[in-house]
Amino acid sequence: MPKVMIRKNANGELTCYIAKKDLEAAVVSIEHDRSDCWGGELTLSDGSVYYLEPLSVPPELPITLRARRPNPA
Amino acid sequence: MSDLTKEEMEALIQEVIEVYPEKALKSRKKHLAINDPGLDQSQNCITANKKSDPGLMTIRGCAYAGSKGVVWGPVKDMIHISHGPVGCGQYSRAGRRNYYIGTTGVNTFVTMNFTSDFQERDIVFGGDKKLDKLIDEIETLFPLNKGITVQSECPIGLIGDDIEAVSKKKKEEIGKTVVPVRCEGFRGVSQSLGHHIANDSVRDWVLSARDDDDSFATTDYDVAIIGDYNIGGIAWSSRILLEEMGLRVVAQWSGDGTLAEMELTPKVKLNLVHCYRSMNYISRHMEEKYAIPWMEYNFFGPTKTVESLRKIAARFDASIQEKCEAVIAKYQPEWEAVIDRYRPRLEGKRVMLYVGGLRPRHVIGAYEDLGMEVIGTGYEFGHSDDYDRTLKEMGDATLLYDDVTGYEFEEFVKRLKPDLIGSGIKEKYIFQKMGVPFRQMHSWDYSGPYHGFDGFAIFAKDMDMTLNNPCWSKLEAPWRQAGAKTTVAA
Repeated sequence: MPKVMIRKNANGELTCYIAKKDLEAAVVSIEHDRSDCWGGELTLSDGSVYYLEPLSVPPELPITLRARRPNPA
Repeated sequence: MSDLTKEEMEALIQEVIEVYPEKALKSRKKHLAINDPGLDQSQNCITANKKSDPGLMTIRGCAYAGSKGVVWGPVKDMIHISHGPVGCGQYSRAGRRNYYIGTTGVNTFVTMNFTSDFQERDIVFGGDKKLDKLIDEIETLFPLNKGITVQSECPIGLIGDDIEAVSKKKKEEIGKTVVPVRCEGFRGVSQSLGHHIANDSVRDWVLSARDDDDSFATTDYDVAIIGDYNIGGIAWSSRILLEEMGLRVVAQWSGDGTLAEMELTPKVKLNLVHCYRSMNYISRHMEEKYAIPWMEYNFFGPTKTVESLRKIAARFDASIQEKCEAVIAKYQPEWEAVIDRYRPRLEGKRVMLYVGGLRPRHVIGAYEDLGMEVIGTGYEFGHSDDYDRTLKEMGDATLLYDDVTGYEFEEFVKRLKPDLIGSGIKEKYIFQKMGVPFRQMHSWDYSGPYHGFDGFAIFAKDMDMTLNNPCWSKLEAPWRQAGAKTTVAA
């Protein structure tokens, strides 16, 4: 259950920062990115996948959230 | 571009690490790479921020060095106690040339060493009482201090002292900021974790001090310089440029900085981050909590400085942008004269770097402005995001080495034969004795500052002075030189 910080970089792309691993990586894909639902599975540029509890509104960035390992499908 | 092709470079790396035992070879191989500017992600080619292999000579420091030496140490009006045995503080005292203004021992304390000087009995019975007493003594002897930080050395974590409790108690008693910093040297793999711990302690104990206080008159042009430690005055040579273009520098983190400046930083409009590695943590925190955007900039060499100044100005209104252009125009003749003078003397020379923090990538532009080429670079304690930022700056088929060992660095230099090496004091004399010109890029070799346009003139002069020094042709004894007359027996 690492804490991750999601922010937009200078080019407007989402990046994810994991303090525990000191890792800054671009977000390649996010499962839900609509005005009524935001979150879900997050794929990072290094290939790792995290799961964010979906929020009902897109959050104000940057934001620190708790991420967990994705559910084994 | 280096002279070697990618294949030759790969063969070179292979040849150098061949001597290692199997296990070390496997792990070191991941830390050495050949640059490919086309890559976006450094993870595909180089591993960073991993524990150094036992038995290999590393140049890294410890978490205490990252916190006391780098982040907290330069805060000039606070007293930083090296809590634990005397050596850690004494042997690192005043070594980093963090310049500051003030009267040492009266209202500023950067170059002094404060330590609790642990003895056997403190290890056995705990040192909390001693710390308590020490803070009282500091208050008596140096009443003008604005606050105290307790920088833990290894034993504090090992014996389980509760420095947080003591700090809270003393904070009540003396009414000043007292910050416990859990930066025991054994934490993490290098000084990098010390930076992180120090940033977190700033966040937890300092930053929110003036959250409910609006008495500070802000302007739209307030900025903070983050991650500039004023080594040889670099923060000052950056600051004057920012001020000339109409910005107000509220805080310097942490070179020549004060506790009050740190507390005021949440009120600025933009954080300018120079050393990303050591202060991105606090910038991220301020972005989230106070909605202060941050950006990285680079003040080494005119090309990068101009680029950065324009990038900073673009964050503000037209009046700043106008003044920014005026500043650039004002200094242009100066730096052009520097380039005209030194470029012919330095053109085509090849450089290898091995430093920490931001310099392995930031100074590349300054060398390129002088027509020099960086053929190898590496970080002592960088993470993969540092290498991401480096890939684009370096030429194709140049060498990248992470946490390079003494042996590897020597071998690379022997084979690549650079004209100049930029690294630290521990490497300096080895390479000078090998006959390779060398500049310390940690402390600017007791020269500097190298930031900004003024700094570039000094940088160019220093590089010329080192590279074109007549001593390099005199390394061989006269009677050993080719063509020397054979001595006649008396």
